[in-house]
Amino acid sequence: MAGYIVKRLLAMIPVLIGLSIIVFLIMAMIPGDPAQAILGNFATPENVARVNRELGLDKPLPQQYLIWVTNLLQGDFGRSYILNRPVLDEVLERFSATLILAGTSLVLCSIFGLLAGIVSAVRQFGWIDRTVTFFVLIGISMPSFWLGLLLILVFAVQWRVLPASGMFAIYGGGDLLDLARHLILPALTLAVVATGVIARLTRASMLEVLRQDYVRTARAKGLSERKVIYRHAFKAALVSVIPVIGIQAGFVLGGAVYIETVFQWPGIGAMLVKAISTRDILLVQGGVLVVAASYVLFNLIADVVQSLLDPRLKS
Amino acid sequence: MSEATAANGQAKARKSSGRPSAWKLLMNNKLAATGLWVLLAIAALAILVPVLPLPDPNVTEPADRLFPPLTEGHFLGTDHLGRDIFSRLLWGTQVSIAVGLSATVIAAVFGSLIGLVAGYVGGRTDNLMMRGIDMLMAFPYILLALAIVAALGPGLLNALYAIAIVNIPFFARNIRGITLGLKHREFVDAARLSGKSHVGVLFTEVLPNVLPVIVITMSTTVGWMILETAGLSFLGLGAQPPQADLGSMLGEGRKLLFTAPHVSFVPGLMIFLLVMSINLLGDGVRDVLDPRLKSGALAAPSARTAIDRDVVPEVEANPDRVLDVKALSTHFDVGDQVYKAVGGVDFYLGETECLGLVGESGSGKSVTAMSLAGLVPTPPGVIKGGRVMFEGADLLEVSDADLRGIRGRDIAYVFQDPLSTLHPLFPVGDQIAEAVRAHQPVSKQVAWDRAVELLDLVRIPNAAERAKAFPHEMSGGMRQRVSIAMALANDAKVLVADEPTTALDVTVQAQVLKLMDQLRRDKNAAVLFITHDFGVVSEICDRIAVMYAGRIVETGPTDAVLKSPAHPYTRMLIDCVPVMGQPGRRLDAIAGLPPPVNDLPDGCAFAERCPHATSECRKGDIGLGPLGEGREVRCIHPLKETVL
Ligand code: SF4
Repeated sequence: MAGYIVKRLLAMIPVLIGLSIIVFLIMAMIPGDPAQAILGNFATPENVARVNRELGLDKPLPQQYLIWVTNLLQGDFGRSYILNRPVLDEVLERFSATLILAGTSLVLCSIFGLLAGIVSAVRQFGWIDRTVTFFVLIGISMPSFWLGLLLILVFAVQWRVLPASGMFAIYGGGDLLDLARHLILPALTLAVVATGVIARLTRASMLEVLRQDYVRTARAKGLSERKVIYRHAFKAALVSVIPVIGIQAGFVLGGAVYIETVFQWPGIGAMLVKAISTRDILLVQGGVLVVAASYVLFNLIADVVQSLLDPRLKS
Repeated sequence: MSEATAANGQAKARKSSGRPSAWKLLMNNKLAATGLWVLLAIAALAILVPVLPLPDPNVTEPADRLFPPLTEGHFLGTDHLGRDIFSRLLWGTQVSIAVGLSATVIAAVFGSLIGLVAGYVGGRTDNLMMRGIDMLMAFPYILLALAIVAALGPGLLNALYAIAIVNIPFFARNIRGITLGLKHREFVDAARLSGKSHVGVLFTEVLPNVLPVIVITMSTTVGWMILETAGLSFLGLGAQPPQADLGSMLGEGRKLLFTAPHVSFVPGLMIFLLVMSINLLGDGVRDVLDPRLKSGALAAPSARTAIDRDVVPEVEANPDRVLDVKALSTHFDVGDQVYKAVGGVDFYLGETECLGLVGESGSGKSVTAMSLAGLVPTPPGVIKGGRVMFEGADLLEVSDADLRGIRGRDIAYVFQDPLSTLHPLFPVGDQIAEAVRAHQPVSKQVAWDRAVELLDLVRIPNAAERAKAFPHEMSGGMRQRVSIAMALANDAKVLVADEPTTALDVTVQAQVLKLMDQLRRDKNAAVLFITHDFGVVSEICDRIAVMYAGRIVETGPTDAVLKSPAHPYTRMLIDCVPVMGQPGRRLDAIAGLPPPVNDLPDGCAFAERCPHATSECRKGDIGLGPLGEGREVRCIHPLKETVL
């Protein structure tokens, strides 16, 4: 197992290099003088010259990339001139808030999605199945940013039971309970689409598995239906659902952009949106890179979990 | 012959009416039809908005700020600048649909091109292109779009490009897969040989065949693209004022959430309706164009075969018989067709006896075996009649819980092909221990030890170690020993072995057979042995029942039947047993096919292939008649003993 994990970690390296190249190239697409863009419209010529020198912007692209990557590896993601702060500090601080939100959402959508999918498959064509299918359909068509607004209207404005925005109460907040209260609405909203996708897939793969010969064998042994479904069928179905949960991690991390904006969650998504409108290029670059790298890591974890479940995958 | 022509004609008829039938299929899907109508209504409003008698969407009227919906002159009210929301909604919808569609077309064109070229050219080009695509997919979906907008700057057109780019991988991957499959098909080779250029072949031969996949991918992604472009506008990165799409309307309205919720509610609802109707329609289109992709449409089998008996015969108790089956019939209801897989079968198993149930594939022998413990999948299987008497009870009448107690404890199964019948994700020892614990109140450790003993019993070397192995780590012969061990876990009185040696090669086959024969004698178990191979039968079975088209056509002691088969079909099967030094004499050497069990002929089902058939053979029902000591045959002209 350890060997397998090391192998997968090594396989991450080319992917990370690829990611960094794409992020670098996208930023190189910026029209006009990049140093000017980084510093904003009111930059002095001296500052422009300094940034050009520091980032090697006067050199050819491949060399620029090397300088950039070398800096990254040393933990130097550049400086946000608008926030007047190292990019990495800002990104990591924001990213931890996003992780709390996205992680909670991922747990929620996995639990709800798997449960709904199993129940729906086991009661195929019954009323539970139809209800689940109906809600899945609504869920995956729902603009999450709109749903967030609706939930704020109902729970924060009408009923006043949950806070509408932020991560902690401004006065007297700060403990875990306070965080949990602030987390409920955004985490649920963010989980809706992914729950639908996971439920749909779990149902399909459960139905597929239930037709397999080994499920018949389990029944021929005289096992209870509960064992047949939750031990034999579910384990096999889970193998094909795990990678989809990995992919949903990407949709949840991406969707956080909307949800953090709607709920004013101090995460990296809201930071990116702001950075884009203030043209804080280095901040965008660093933020995108960190989120993308974490997504690669999520997928790696999904792979490892999958191979733990299915010994055939390791060979 | 006549059947073939009829089928041909049908196929032609279907082809000529291909278009309307696809349309009909789509309309038969109620959800898809609803989606289509809603979408058409929205699209019609969005297209007609310039000629509708509505206020100008951009004229501000500070005096008319924030009217609620249903105000006179303003159906959906006004926004913070006094603009008519209904008018703005329709104009915004127009923009959103146009942007979403354009993004879809751009993604489809570039993605499909990449997929076509990568799949068709193959080799390093393919490798390089797909690596690039994988890289794009390594980004969280919307994040990549954000990065692109960050570089190009906010704006509707840039948002459109960004969304199109992040969707290219979906098209590239799908199309490449299909193209790879088509590349070596005859018509592509033929076109190439006829001198067409590669580009010509790609666009005239390959492209038309991947078009359905492109359409499917478009119909399943267009909803997303509308949603995501609206999302970017919502964040203020798409449409810039005064231009407005649904997303930017929602974004502006959000600032008034607490004072005038309708300003943001209305555009959000429109996005939702639009995307939902497109998704409904897209699912419908996918199901029509490629039914194989329709996941979860097939029903999962229930825990026990459905029982709906028209015929329940009386059975006299007979203490010599462990298992007594009377008039068992099992049907498969598929659409309006009824397949009589088992059409009234009688047989019994004496104590410690081995009965061979022999027949070609499709003769109903496996279905008969599965029916005993309710293991035929429902749907489509239904037990339509008969009794299965076991220890004084009818297994078709006992409760589900009782049946569960009998399965694996009293009646145990050994299936064909243990690679698919053993669970791939549990060690074999676990699976055997589980069978033990299903019927015996013992601890996990005791059950595990018992599993190791059983593996030892079926002569698996180094059983304690091998118990930890997974099925895929074992050879076919070893796996079959595992399933035999599992069947022996509770000392069952009846073993049902469904072609247990068919998947094995000849030498292993002989070993497994010998093992089974010995174990059943040691354990005093009765065996129902299902096979298509008379060679196997003669080695292990005391009696034989030959099945054809869902019924038993001959039964009797093995020696007697083998020496002088009475049914012409039995005769032919015996002749098919490979003889040493005469390869090629195999079962499929019998000319013709058995009749389809959803359309059985009158009279003898074997008449089509029978050299002795007369006109009487094709009339009425031919019964199973007695023929000497313990023998029965279903034939009006049984063969005489002299034939051999
Ligand atoms: S009944 Fe007639 S057709 Fe059928 S097997 Fe006997 S001889 Fe042949």
